[in-house]
Amino acid sequence: MGLTIVEKILLRASMQKSLGDFVYTKVDFCFGNDITAPLAVKEFCKVGFDSVFDTKKIGFICDHFLPARDLKAANNVKVLQSFARQYRIKNFFDINRCGVEHIFLLEQALVRPGCLVVGADSHTCTLGAIGAAAFGVGSTDLAVAMKEGKCWFKVPRTLKFIYKGKLKKWVGGKDLILHTIGTIGVDGALYKVMEFGGPLVKTLGMDDRLTMTNMAVEAGAKTGVVEPDAVTFSYLKKITHNALRVTDAMKRLKSDKDAVYEQVIEIDVTKLEPVVSCPHLPSNTKPVSALAGVKIDQVVIGSCTNGRITDLRIAAAILKGKKVKKGLRVVVLPATPQISLQAEKEGLMRVFVEAGCMVCPPTCGPCLGGHMGILDKGEVALATTNRNFVGRMGHPESFVYLSSPAVAASSALKGRITHPEEIN
Amino acid sequence: MILKGKAHIFGNNINTDDIIAAKYLDSQDEKFLGSKCMENIQPDFVKKVTPGDIIVAGNNFGSGSSREHAPVSIKGCGVTAVIASSFARIFFRNAINRGLPILEIRETADIAQNDMLEIDLSKGIIKNLTKGREYRAQSFPVFLQDIVKAQGLTSWVKLKEGKRNEGAKD
Ligand code: SF4
Repeated sequence: MGLTIVEKILLRASMQKSLGDFVYTKVDFCFGNDITAPLAVKEFCKVGFDSVFDTKKIGFICDHFLPARDLKAANNVKVLQSFARQYRIKNFFDINRCGVEHIFLLEQALVRPGCLVVGADSHTCTLGAIGAAAFGVGSTDLAVAMKEGKCWFKVPRTLKFIYKGKLKKWVGGKDLILHTIGTIGVDGALYKVMEFGGPLVKTLGMDDRLTMTNMAVEAGAKTGVVEPDAVTFSYLKKITHNALRVTDAMKRLKSDKDAVYEQVIEIDVTKLEPVVSCPHLPSNTKPVSALAGVKIDQVVIGSCTNGRITDLRIAAAILKGKKVKKGLRVVVLPATPQISLQAEKEGLMRVFVEAGCMVCPPTCGPCLGGHMGILDKGEVALATTNRNFVGRMGHPESFVYLSSPAVAASSALKGRITHPEEIN
Repeated sequence: MILKGKAHIFGNNINTDDIIAAKYLDSQDEKFLGSKCMENIQPDFVKKVTPGDIIVAGNNFGSGSSREHAPVSIKGCGVTAVIASSFARIFFRNAINRGLPILEIRETADIAQNDMLEIDLSKGIIKNLTKGREYRAQSFPVFLQDIVKAQGLTSWVKLKEGKRNEGAKD
């Protein structure tokens, strides 16, 4: 009986002959952020753990409430810093060298194809786009992983998604994943792995693939995964400045032909138009044309979902030489300093500023309602982020719509939800 | 262990932003997080809770972010257990790891606001004292039962460590 990629990685890490229902297994890397890691540190100290399993395989990435928005946020960073010093943890990243964790870790070559990685952040599943088994866990899990280098897992079943047909102009990874979540629902993949494949996924660039695995958790999935291929390897070499060495084992990493899937779901995308998720669930999807005219107060372009260079290029191409609608706020957040720098080199930053956008430092910002763009009562935002829950970006009576960067940038020009076709 | 308290009813897909809003996540204090539990969706929820009460919800309880602040907040406001038709996976593991009892039953719709419930945790039996009915929760695999018995993941690790050391002495 064949195995899927994720099953192969779990089997390798657990050093067993076959997988049962549960494994308590070695992890290759574990990490947390300035929200989840302080709680892990607290638990670690409370129970009296006094050593870590490997000083190089633990990461603290301060990205959520940074640059420190208040005293508590500043203190949380200090807690992590002193813990990292005490236990000689190598990968502590404050804002002098940081970015949104799931993208930053890739640039640092800390996560590789074939890795088993746990992160105390639900969007750890993003990392599955490079062919890692990447699972979001909690703070106690992180505390134990730091101590023992191990984590418990229920061995998941896998759903395979095969996309067919040809994508229309203005339709990309974000639309594919929103459409998929709209089809299967926010618990459609509960406890399961979403494996994205088929000829169409092969033609997608890594930035699109990362958007898709990023939102697997929004369908309840344990993680998302894509088979690594030539596109993956050249992308990783580029963003890590060749720090990542591609091995034969990485190249061989594929799901077996006779791997067992709980279900294979085929989706024809030929007719798909850009998709928007309406408040207050990511599964509440509509084609963009059905929402034409919905007035917005704010546009957010960024996050671990869509804050990469391709996303910024798409947005800048639409905004170039134009002005955002008077009275509308536009916040742009590149996901990492490296992406900021690249955008600067390509002249994208200038386009954003001239169009009237505010370009923010590379952190999470308003994505989870932390800071730098909180919505007031009754306000409406269109964001390229991944969640539109009640109060996610601020006031409990505010509203968040989710879309691709193309739809977000087009809507920024009009002040209402807009199909990119209307602009170009 | 027997838990007894009145039921507070919630719907499907209650996410962790509903349970504890992101703006409070810079705290790790159980009491503080407890005082903000469910604030976005039921501002007066915390006032209605008497210590020992039980949350009853539909499908996919605890979806969304990985914040362990969610089960911490639930415990902090005095709730002692959560019953749902299904749980989102990270919330599920966080509750187990934190020692917050969670139970899955199909008949959640049968329970009404303020029904008096009695849970026998070791047997997985929930008695609805108000309605005189009984529900049987799905039993956890042995592996998880061990963590629950140890009252959380870290104590389970400690216990294992203790056993290892004893073994070394022999
Ligand atoms: S960008 Fe948003 S979704 Fe991504 S890690 Fe930050 S807060 Fe979470």
